[in-house]
Amino acid sequence: MHENKWEMVIGLEVHVQLATQSKIFSGAPVKFGEPPNSQACAVDLGLPGVLPVLNEEAVKMAILFGLAIGAKINTHSIFDRKNYFYPDLPKGYQISQFEYPIVGTGSLTIDLENGDSKTIGITRAHLEEDAGKSIHDAYPGMTAIDLNRTGTPLLEIVSDPDLRSPEEASAYFRKLASLVSYLKICDGDMSQGSMRCDANVSIRESGSNKLGQRTEIKNVNSFRFIEKAISYEVNRQITIVESGHLIKQETLLYDSEIDETRPMRSKEYSNDYRYFPDPDLLPLKLSEELINSIKNKLPELPEFRQERFIQEYGLTIYDASWLVEDPELADFFEATTESSNNAKLTANWVMGELIAALNREELKVSESRISPEELAELILRITDGTLSSKLAKTAFEKMWEEEKPVDDIIEIYGLEQVSDDDEIKAIIKEVLESNPKQVEQFRQGKEKVLGFFVGKIMQATNGKANPQQVNTLLRILIK
Amino acid sequence: MPKIDVEHLSRLAQIGLEGEELSELYENLDQIMRMVDQMREIDTTEVEPLAHPLDANQQLRSDVQTEEIDRELNQAMAPLIEDGFYIVPRVVD
Repeated sequence: MHENKWEMVIGLEVHVQLATQSKIFSGAPVKFGEPPNSQACAVDLGLPGVLPVLNEEAVKMAILFGLAIGAKINTHSIFDRKNYFYPDLPKGYQISQFEYPIVGTGSLTIDLENGDSKTIGITRAHLEEDAGKSIHDAYPGMTAIDLNRTGTPLLEIVSDPDLRSPEEASAYFRKLASLVSYLKICDGDMSQGSMRCDANVSIRESGSNKLGQRTEIKNVNSFRFIEKAISYEVNRQITIVESGHLIKQETLLYDSEIDETRPMRSKEYSNDYRYFPDPDLLPLKLSEELINSIKNKLPELPEFRQERFIQEYGLTIYDASWLVEDPELADFFEATTESSNNAKLTANWVMGELIAALNREELKVSESRISPEELAELILRITDGTLSSKLAKTAFEKMWEEEKPVDDIIEIYGLEQVSDDDEIKAIIKEVLESNPKQVEQFRQGKEKVLGFFVGKIMQATNGKANPQQVNTLLRILIK
Repeated sequence: MPKIDVEHLSRLAQIGLEGEELSELYENLDQIMRMVDQMREIDTTEVEPLAHPLDANQQLRSDVQTEEIDRELNQAMAPLIEDGFYIVPRVVD
């Protein structure tokens, strides 16, 4: 396949579940993991005679997002009905926004693997309600419907077709996830479907300005899968075009188990949605005062925080961008650094041992068994020479397991580094005396033997001798 | 004027129509569309689009849970329920 001959054109539609306490148009609860149909009231069920009333918080969250991407907030927006029939949509239409969305054009800057950054245009973002869930495999020959999710507020964020590779698409999706967690408008739990992504994918000959026929991949809910789904789809399109056939406009589902996209069958006539303004909802007019009051609540955004981490703490771009992605992790880092007074070492410990330990037990940063203050104490014991970096790792593991402070752990397990010159000299002498053959080899110019001695000395001290001192003293004593 | 595809529309609306009903409905829709065409001749470039006849702002509600869900009551009219789910003929994506 001549992949360089082809350019990919990708646009993403990301659905973000807004972290409200109630539904977008009703006062029903929005808890996840509750028994089926225990979170949907008469409004969500579309019973006759009910009327939707818009959730103020959902509107404010949409505005906050719009401000964060530098978008125009439309002071006049309209809710429309998007009509289609599917059993998990009890009203027969989804309330959405079509011609007049609440958030207009904005942009988001993503960091690429090669260190460059790229600005991705955002066409619009609009408010809408989520549908329920269909379960096809629980009852033979039947479909089970759970309407708990029905009416959950969604912000649909539509990008321009600016993305040019699966990696860029995934980076954009990640950046959005990071942004909505900074703004605290979404819990960001991908496994619970808090963020879902549709990808519009087409290919064209490199250098061409014409857009090719696109296909749409529906409902991907992980950063990794969006990358794989787009890769698969692009290759499929290249194969079709190179064999002289045309791409069909269709909606596809990505099956992560077999890494393949396949056409959706059921919503055959669904792309004719016949949008019209919902007569049950008046136009939404926003005052400048409201928009300004929300502007004042904008938190420090990830790119500014990244810049600050580089300036204030002297971190590399890589470390800074890594740390700021998850706001909780960035908070943890800052809180630790405050007491450890060593940002670089703290960054290494947070990105290394801490993340590894959290991942091992699938814990969130907030569930860490070691607090920032405790990690800072550990780092102070490294910088003051009490712990070697190797023994510090052991200490970390014990702290994690036993949830005890570092000084207790050092005492219990005798991890204190031996830094006393006389003590180390005594051990070195002992080791030299019991290995005269190797001493002779060194004196004849075989430098490599030093490693052998360092190993023996560390062994004799259970790894507790200060390695720098061992090196220096060994060179003196062996001569 | 393009012919109105009544069959397509009835499929979208999930309304079963047959024979005479189709042609009758076609006549009706055709008349409506002719009236729409007549309205289209009016110059509206200076007129702001109107989404709602009432000149009022959307009222917002506070983000609090006000509804207690009585699932049994809600499901009393459903033809088939199982383990709290509504059960419908199989639809597959």
